[in-house]
Amino acid sequence: MKRFALITTLAAVLSTTVALPAHADESPTLKKIKEGGSITLGHRESSIPFSYYDDKQQVIGYSHEMMLKAVDAIKAELKLAKLDTKLMPVTSANRITLIQNGTVDIECGSTTNNLERQKQVGFSSTIFVIGTRLMTKKTSGINDFADLAGKNVVTTAGTTSERLIRRMNEDKKMGMNVISAKDHGEAFLTLETGRAVAFMMDDALLYGEMAKARKPADWTVVGTAQSKEAYGCMLRKDDPGFKKVVDAALNKAMTSGDAEKIYAKWFMNPIPPKGLNLNMPLSDDMKALYKAPNDKAYE
Amino acid sequence: MNYQWNWAVFLQPSATGDGSYLDWMLSGFKMTISLSLTAWIIALLLGALVGVLRTVPNRLLSGLATAYVEMFRNVPLLVQLFIWYFVLPELLPVSIGDAYKQANPVVQQFLASVVCLGLFTSARVAEQVRAGINSLPRGQKNAGLALGFTLPQTYRYVMLPMAFRLVVPPLTSEFLNVFKNSAVCSTIGLLELAAQGRQLVDYTAQPFESFIAVTVSYIIINVTVMTLMHKFEKRIAVPGYIGGK
Repeated sequence: MKRFALITTLAAVLSTTVALPAHADESPTLKKIKEGGSITLGHRESSIPFSYYDDKQQVIGYSHEMMLKAVDAIKAELKLAKLDTKLMPVTSANRITLIQNGTVDIECGSTTNNLERQKQVGFSSTIFVIGTRLMTKKTSGINDFADLAGKNVVTTAGTTSERLIRRMNEDKKMGMNVISAKDHGEAFLTLETGRAVAFMMDDALLYGEMAKARKPADWTVVGTAQSKEAYGCMLRKDDPGFKKVVDAALNKAMTSGDAEKIYAKWFMNPIPPKGLNLNMPLSDDMKALYKAPNDKAYE
Repeated sequence: MNYQWNWAVFLQPSATGDGSYLDWMLSGFKMTISLSLTAWIIALLLGALVGVLRTVPNRLLSGLATAYVEMFRNVPLLVQLFIWYFVLPELLPVSIGDAYKQANPVVQQFLASVVCLGLFTSARVAEQVRAGINSLPRGQKNAGLALGFTLPQTYRYVMLPMAFRLVVPPLTSEFLNVFKNSAVCSTIGLLELAAQGRQLVDYTAQPFESFIAVTVSYIIINVTVMTLMHKFEKRIAVPGYIGGK
């Protein structure tokens, strides 16, 4: 009897050791989530169609759905019956700090994975590839970046576009006045009220802003892409255990065709708040990404 | 948390090719100073005028002055700034509004900020000035009038020389507030100290260094203001009153 008890105990210990993945103990983030029974998700407020509020103040979007896939995987990995998800809105300016100081565990919005940021935070597999282009009024006569010389151009503060356009202005002596707006919504307001002739931003976000415009038909997206960028989910740096779980979930979604369905939902069909269809077909870069997911930064 | 400190970040050339990151901070510092000082001058002039008007016997004038103070004091600074910057140009005739909006954005942002900050602070200065005038013994005004001064003369030669000197200490804190409130102007894109600090975070991903630099800069500004105002207070203090010898 005693021996039997010993064996069962041993078996139980062994099975938990086997069942508990080794990295759950190594990963501080997974440990924190397991102990607290909750995970804090960072989201954006107006990054249409990636992560934004609908008219009922619910967070929705492509990146948000991808993040929820990762959350399901985390819950399964930790064998939790219940995992509370706390939502925390972040901005371009505070997202890195909030990940670093532990306020937010994972942020999927429209955050570019680049080498500079990799010094401070970690990134999951890429979930989207975009190009930086211009939105302008159809009647403005602006067709490409060269037409912007001497004009007012708006972009969003803290973005790669801001960096590129200011660099271009210095290098080519174009004499543009670059306005850095607080967020995409305010940048579009600056464009819509005529303070700027063009709005430089990631193409997908530009299509998103167009969906919010009073007269979407007045606007168009033009210009050769100045850069390609890889959007990833931001994680804390040096936490490979957590990254592995998140990556596995995202990669599975992308290779299994789930991600393409989510893409179609947000980019090829009418979306809130105005029921406008972005009509942005799957690019070659995106097709390549879905076939072979990776976490490479473009710059 | 694992943070990579890098104080040398300020000496790096900026990613946009316009000088070093230290140059960004310095230009933000200059912008904060010029914005705040201009706004303060507006606030002092308008505030003194409105504060005096609030105490005059004429019902219409004092009513107008009260309305002015209540309007600028009871609407949040941020809301006022958005009205000046976003709403006002839309109320102008379309051709003038469009021409204005196509002008250099820095000029637009600076104008909106100076006017907003100046008027907001003037309402607060007006309240201090009014309190200073009301704190004078009533006998002073009556004595002035009894001596044959007109009301404006009584204000000019009897009450204001006292009142203005009495309100210098409370005005010092308003002066400090102008510098601190000027950070709100970063929300419309004006690249003052706080905005440059935030921008530095975006470009270098070194939040602690830049926010510490911003904090120290504000402290330097405000300690300087406090020291100067303290000297000024001592010079003009009225013997026998609070702060006087």
